[in-house]
Amino acid sequence: MAHINVDTNIPGMRSLLAYRPIIAPPLLALMKVVMRSNEGLSLGERELIATYVSFLNDCTSCHIIHGEVAQCFYKDAPELVSQIKENEISNQLPPRLHALLSIAESVQKGGKHVSQAQINIAKANNITDLEIHDSVLIASMFCFFNRYIDGLGLTSNDTLETYKERAKNIAENGY
Amino acid sequence: MPHISLPDHLPGITGLLEYRKDSAAPIRTLTQILLRGENSLSTGERELIATIVSHGNGCKFCTAAHTSAADILLGDNTVCDLIKLDILTSPVSQKMKGLLKIAAAVQKSGKHVTTDMVNFAKETGATDMEIHDTVLIASLFCLYNKYVDGLATVAPTDPEFYKNLGDRITSFGYERLPQGYDDLKK
Repeated sequence: MAHINVDTNIPGMRSLLAYRPIIAPPLLALMKVVMRSNEGLSLGERELIATYVSFLNDCTSCHIIHGEVAQCFYKDAPELVSQIKENEISNQLPPRLHALLSIAESVQKGGKHVSQAQINIAKANNITDLEIHDSVLIASMFCFFNRYIDGLGLTSNDTLETYKERAKNIAENGY
Repeated sequence: MPHISLPDHLPGITGLLEYRKDSAAPIRTLTQILLRGENSLSTGERELIATIVSHGNGCKFCTAAHTSAADILLGDNTVCDLIKLDILTSPVSQKMKGLLKIAAAVQKSGKHVTTDMVNFAKETGATDMEIHDTVLIASLFCLYNKYVDGLATVAPTDPEFYKNLGDRITSFGYERLPQGYDDLKK
């Protein structure tokens, strides 16, 4: 049960935006600007970072929904998201994706965990400053969203079907 | 040295917010609403939440900046030091002790917030909205702290820097200064 009196009929973070409407415009703007930007990281890479960080934070509704969104962008690798969740990132990911997710993993532990060696590997894989910036920002953003949702004890009435339906809509139309 | 190329005259969060202004705008607006907007928690109390979370995350830049802002808004430069040592014996209201305990739990993980913590806050007078805003502010500062340290931004060591920063964020708030930050170049 949620720690505060929110409308539990509204799915996901939308119930919190309905509870405190004044924060909805900047929160949605942040999602749109950062998660739907086509410059540098792909939309799929952005969603994979969101998924992996939410998974490490054990925020169930976040890692399921963003995992489903991410998977929509990797139709030729239908097991990618479940591989990342099952094996964390020790499996045979492409080097670029491994470098990005490894930075995100360190951010989830604490900003100071991001090492110069990780940055060097990223740069050796032609990952740009903007892509490093966005990876750290997305990982930090999901540490924020995960805490907001779990810190208020928000629960979900979603089923795998409703998650998939919402994810498809997000992948196609954005936030 | 920062992990990406950032302007030398803007250490800490400011350089990051200038690096990508389109993502900075909603983060700034959200912060302005939460820390300076109409609220039953005072601006000083909200800066204490920012301070305790930044301290828990070991983020030197954010801790010093928000300690400075809280000191100015509370008119007392001992409270921040005392909440960092022990929330329960610090000179804040019972309600604030409950809310700061919740904020400190959020810093570790959302799942660390327990029903007992929430009940204590409610019994000492915290409203649902105050609990909501405490969790949201604490979560937002986890974003800031990880962003600032994850990109290895510079944290100046001169206390004067944070005094000036505290003056700036208590006088002008968190939105981008209309004239930008070129006057900070020396």
